[in-house]
Amino acid sequence: MRKFSSFISQKGFLFKLGLFICAFWIFVVIFVPLIATHSTTAQDLSIRYQPPSFSHFFGTDELGRDVFSRVMYGSRISLSAGIITVIIAFSFGIFFGGIAGYKGGKVDEVMMRFSELIMAFPPLILAMVIAAALGPSIINSVIAMAIIWWPNYARLMRSMVISLKESEYVTASRVMGASHIRVLFLEILPNSFGPLLVMATLDLGNAILMFSGLSFLGLGTQPPTPEWGSMVSDGAKVIQNWWVSTFPGLAIFSISIGANFVGDGLRDFLDPKLQKE
Amino acid sequence: MTLLRVEDLTIKFKSRQGVVKAVDKLNFELAQGSSLGIVGESGSGKSVTSLTIMGLLQNANTEITGNIDFDGLDLLKLSPNEMRKIRGNSISMIFQEPMTSLNPLHTCGKQIMEPILIHQKDVSKQEAKNHAIELLRMVGIPSPEQRFHEYPHQMSGGMRQRIMIAIALACNTKLLIADEPTTALDVTIQAQILDLMNSLKKKRDMSIIMITHDLGVVKEMCEKVVVMYTGQIVEKSPTELVFTDPLHPYTRGLLNAIPKISSKVERLEAIEGTVPDALNMPSGCSFHPRCKYATEKCKLKAPPLFQLEDGREVKCFIYDGSKKGDDVNATK
Repeated sequence: MRKFSSFISQKGFLFKLGLFICAFWIFVVIFVPLIATHSTTAQDLSIRYQPPSFSHFFGTDELGRDVFSRVMYGSRISLSAGIITVIIAFSFGIFFGGIAGYKGGKVDEVMMRFSELIMAFPPLILAMVIAAALGPSIINSVIAMAIIWWPNYARLMRSMVISLKESEYVTASRVMGASHIRVLFLEILPNSFGPLLVMATLDLGNAILMFSGLSFLGLGTQPPTPEWGSMVSDGAKVIQNWWVSTFPGLAIFSISIGANFVGDGLRDFLDPKLQKE
Repeated sequence: MTLLRVEDLTIKFKSRQGVVKAVDKLNFELAQGSSLGIVGESGSGKSVTSLTIMGLLQNANTEITGNIDFDGLDLLKLSPNEMRKIRGNSISMIFQEPMTSLNPLHTCGKQIMEPILIHQKDVSKQEAKNHAIELLRMVGIPSPEQRFHEYPHQMSGGMRQRIMIAIALACNTKLLIADEPTTALDVTIQAQILDLMNSLKKKRDMSIIMITHDLGVVKEMCEKVVVMYTGQIVEKSPTELVFTDPLHPYTRGLLNAIPKISSKVERLEAIEGTVPDALNMPSGCSFHPRCKYATEKCKLKAPPLFQLEDGREVKCFIYDGSKKGDDVNATK
């Protein structure tokens, strides 16, 4: 049997790097009270816009708050918002697109037009409308983002299913008496996982960015809660004090690229043909 | 005992250009433990027939009439769920392409276990696994315990076809439909697979429908042959007689088109023309535009299936009222 540990050792540097980055952020999320050096909300206007130093690793922002501590604490909100959004959109999208592609015909037509209805609106605007209607909170913005995000997965899944449902092994498993549900979820779904997984890991970064967009508009987190996206946008106003936006930006960058490397490697792990013996 | 009786099976497809008759009034019987070859070129309705027997050809644009009686059940009247219980259980099918008929993401063992777990609810996973290993051994795969855990891409074409056979035989199969099972394999492997199927047929007393356009395979495997052309049976007879004394001009054409190792000919003989367009069938006998013996009568009227005295059936006016096709030479 294939073991994940032996798989890691055969994989290249990028996969290990991605794994390391993800492990690092998970560690931070869990142990952040031990890592943070300052309170995230303590203001001290006498030290505003301090460049990075030994007392403030990432410098301080316009209210004199410690950027390092805020980035570390921000991981809890940004990461969970991003991950939960992608998971909801991913699961619903596969389910929806899978049924549309497998059923075909009128069912497909109606379901896909419905998904296009959602895609027809500019994503951020629609998310804003939904989040505003539900009332500003982290959970509501996550729901709003999932609602505008799932059609991407549904469309990808549908196109995979349409091509795979004609494959011989699907007919072969119908012939041996498999039900439609079994064919769709045990035969077709695993074979369409690769592209979906890569898309999901790429979307993680996008979801964090969009969440920060909503927060910036006052629909996600409220200040002074530390959140990467709003920290980037705060810092963008004072670009000469580069550290204010650079470090949260780097955090977003690192997690999206780390997730993507891991996703890429996982796809290979799921494909037995790419296994070395 | 008759296991399968197909009566007046007619399959029509509705397309934008019109209605296509893929299979027209098909009649045949298959006794338990015997084997039947269905021969014909592409588009003659062989595969459509087999998919219909499997109950996989049900959609809004398909119209199926007639009867398929299998072991006392009328397959065309069963609900999709009842049909699903028969598929893979008492009727199984193997396909032409062993390369693509296995799911690349599941181990071969898992795929053999699947029909067992689907159809026999009281079997535990461990029992199913033991049975699957037993099946692997039966189809002649060396070190089955190890092969059980391997993926389809780690096996050769012949081995994959053996896996397909193992899957098809995982439950108590009474009827095996083999849709060109050896077309994608090279000759030596082909011979091995056919031997395997023959021995399994004897061992399990099952019936085989062999769908092929390879007459050599038919000679090896089948007791009876049905020759199909444009969805109709043109000749039905025991296998030896098809080769020694073919009746229908089309069958003769098929046999003449086989290259022989003994004779030195530059060009192979071919049947003139092509299969007619399904939407635009010729009047009368559908073979007359390509037939050497065609008369005016053939253009006007489609011949019925004439039954000869020795029990053979042929769809050609040449045999109208005659015992055997002696007057063929006269028409020449």
